[in-house]
Amino acid sequence: MLMRPYAGWTSPWRDMERLRREMNRLFSDWPTQARWSAAPSYPAMNVWADEDSAIVTAELPGVLLEDLDISVEDDILTLRGNRQPDPVENATYHRRERRHGNFVRTLRVPFRVAGDKVDATFAKGVLKIVLPRAEEDKPKKIAVRAG
Amino acid sequence: MTESTDLQVQDTEKREVAETGAERTRDRLAFVPRADVYETEEAIVVVADMPGVDENSVDITLEDNVLTINGLVELEQPEGQSLVYAEYRVGDFVRAFTLSDQIERDQIEATVKDGVLRLHLPKVEEVKTRRIPITAG
Repeated sequence: MLMRPYAGWTSPWRDMERLRREMNRLFSDWPTQARWSAAPSYPAMNVWADEDSAIVTAELPGVLLEDLDISVEDDILTLRGNRQPDPVENATYHRRERRHGNFVRTLRVPFRVAGDKVDATFAKGVLKIVLPRAEEDKPKKIAVRAG
Repeated sequence: MTESTDLQVQDTEKREVAETGAERTRDRLAFVPRADVYETEEAIVVVADMPGVDENSVDITLEDNVLTINGLVELEQPEGQSLVYAEYRVGDFVRAFTLSDQIERDQIEATVKDGVLRLHLPKVEEVKTRRIPITAG
């Protein structure tokens, strides 16, 4: 049987180092309290939030603004859209990885949204929707009187 | 081209760049952008999805016949807010292609719009018209 005498010593350390680096890379730029989840449908979304508002972001490269439709009802955000195929004629494809088609995505945010104050921007193929919390949904401060 | 298909989330999942060979100098996640490559009579066209990239943050090099695309994406963290729920990660985009035909280097055109990079690589004249003469035996 062939033996590499030092393999048993070096490889676990190398694996540990690799794992540590992976973890650092995964979390170095991101707040660790986020809950990770697989997107149930296109597009994947990230949610940033504080007490008074939430920001939902999604990557939609090549989607046109006029093909996007955003609606909010209570605490449900709905995003509908269509990614159109490129108008290509008389060409031979070597590689075709970009998909097109319709999409509908809903997302429940942790509070009721002030629907009339929703603001959305779309730049560089990244959609950003700012959802302010409805005034009546905000926690009420109760003044305590000295007895 | 009017069929109505539904975009599937698994078709658009981001693939991380495998760490092989030379390591990147930027300590950032890097993804392989999804790309279409097609060829017409005159040119080779590369279309790559790179959300978060604009004309100032993309770097394209052609060395020998290797075309390298590098898109830098800045992480945007809304002030005072924390990421509470995440389905995708943000990072740079890196991809290299080996081109088979000779390319007119001075006439390469690149545009970035809505997070999509389009590269128009015109073929050199001699490649376009190169014919193999067949002589009667």
